[in-house]
Amino acid sequence: MTSSEMQAFMDSSLPQVQRRIRFSLKRHIFHITGTVFIWFSFIIVALAFLSIVGDVFWKALPGLRLSLLTEVSTGMGGGLKNAIEGTLVLSIGSLLLAAPIGIAAGIYLSEFGSGIAGQSLRFLSDVLVGVPSIVLGYVGYITMVIYLGWQFSVAAGIITLTVMLLPYIARTTELALANIPQPVREAGYGIGAGEGTVILRILLPGALPAVMTGLFYALALSMGETAPLIYTAGWSNYMWNGQFTHQPIGYLTYVIWTFINEPFQEAHILAFAAAFLITLLVLGLILMGRWLMIRQLRKRGSYQ
Amino acid sequence: MKFSLFRISLVGTASFLPLSLLMLILFLVLYSLPAIHYNGISFLWTNDWNLGNLYGNPVEIHGQQVMPGARFGIWFLVVGTLLSAVIALIMALPIAIGAAYFLAELLPKWLASPLALLVDLLAAIPSVVFGLWGYAVLIPLMGHSVYPWMSAHLQWVPYFGGSPGSGYGLLTTALVLAFMIVPLISATMREAIGSIEPALKEAGRGLGLNRLEVLWYIILPKLKTTITGVSILALGRALGETMAVVMVSGNALNYLPNNIYSPISTMAAFIVSQLESALQDPTNMAVEALAEIALVLLLLTVIVNVIARLLLWSARVR
Repeated sequence: MTSSEMQAFMDSSLPQVQRRIRFSLKRHIFHITGTVFIWFSFIIVALAFLSIVGDVFWKALPGLRLSLLTEVSTGMGGGLKNAIEGTLVLSIGSLLLAAPIGIAAGIYLSEFGSGIAGQSLRFLSDVLVGVPSIVLGYVGYITMVIYLGWQFSVAAGIITLTVMLLPYIARTTELALANIPQPVREAGYGIGAGEGTVILRILLPGALPAVMTGLFYALALSMGETAPLIYTAGWSNYMWNGQFTHQPIGYLTYVIWTFINEPFQEAHILAFAAAFLITLLVLGLILMGRWLMIRQLRKRGSYQ
Repeated sequence: MKFSLFRISLVGTASFLPLSLLMLILFLVLYSLPAIHYNGISFLWTNDWNLGNLYGNPVEIHGQQVMPGARFGIWFLVVGTLLSAVIALIMALPIAIGAAYFLAELLPKWLASPLALLVDLLAAIPSVVFGLWGYAVLIPLMGHSVYPWMSAHLQWVPYFGGSPGSGYGLLTTALVLAFMIVPLISATMREAIGSIEPALKEAGRGLGLNRLEVLWYIILPKLKTTITGVSILALGRALGETMAVVMVSGNALNYLPNNIYSPISTMAAFIVSQLESALQDPTNMAVEALAEIALVLLLLTVIVNVIARLLLWSARVR
């Protein structure tokens, strides 16, 4: 193609091109409605979160006084001392039971879980996460409360929550360990350390912040649960006397859903105060877990 | 092959996980066996939950001691559970994908991570607090202004007309459930959108597509399996949700919804709200029938979760 031919070709094709790139109304409408919808969808989710936290805080405000921490509840009023104690006993108790088992399962999944046994274990624990917590509660009820005759008790509540927490802790521990580079393990075995030593003395300390994050999340999860506890832990207006069986216990989430149905203003305020405390605890734990994670990533230099 | 004590003890503790799932199913089957015998499989599609005459003498039917007139049909629970979860998913999916795209692609990173926290923290809010919010904020708002308006102006839409009710009901339940599953879908989608090769998006932009056309014609089709998987996972979560549903659904008994505002109940909520009255049954059949409901719910969620996980594994998410 000579330059004059080229010139002629461009002259002839230019107007055509200009005709084709014209304003397309359909595309324009698609772009605008899409952008509006995407902004709207984020804003509605953010508003829902702020509305929940704001509403709980605002309505709890008149009830936030010191007697919440020093008085026990009376059925329609009083304080939340027994419920706060119960929430701590149940969630920390279940964490103490679930953490060793869950971490061991996580170690197994990460270090030896590449075979068929590990794969199916991983799959089953993912499925176990999806089991509704009320089903766990009902099984706890028919096995421990009725069959073993423990009645509504601290132990039944703790064990039910433990089953719920296990798969979470196992999966977070597995992820935490899997993030440690392979050469670290090789170095351990290279200097003659055994399996147990490498895992317990080298890998686990290295993955500790991430494992801790998982434990914080698990603690938050167990504190916010209600359904598995209603028919296992029961409810009590008194402080816990230290017995694990035959002794029901109170907890904050129970206050929320029963006291809000009482016809008294004082009970409603107490329900919102309990909701405020539990939301504060749960969100605080989650934020603390995230902070731990980010701090560790920063140390390794992998967080932007 | 020789295994160390350490390894054996690891395997021993790790087997707690599958064991606990098997035990759940086993205990529920064993306990609800009399109810399964009495109700048969047809209790799933008959619609009368009736404890019978609790002051009468127990009679023997199909070899089981029951109170006279006792019937345990749960069709209204099946309908309520499935409808509320599906409507919640229909509302949550577009919103969750929109929010995920907003955070993953539209915003600069320094702004995206603090704003993403708002969505992630929504997932951490306990279900009973969601219920409280639904009870104290959503129900007055919906029952007094939104639903009456909708039933007056949206009559031409099937099931949107008719009595707007008091605010407790199907649509409120679905709304609360939708807010509970949005962060779940959104977190997975954000990760999935972020993991798409930039070259694909650049190719789309190079062809003259605008950003949203890239999302619509390239990103979303590429993530089809992930979207299906995470939707089913979220559906499973909505099917089993308990406390929030107890507080906003209206806890209907033997009542089939005739429009979108009707009170309903779900299997999970029914177990919580009915155990106390089931304990009045001296033959214990009502408590065993509740165990049967728990078994149905467990099998339903296990099946849903297995499908979801298989899809997500094939898409290599986590």
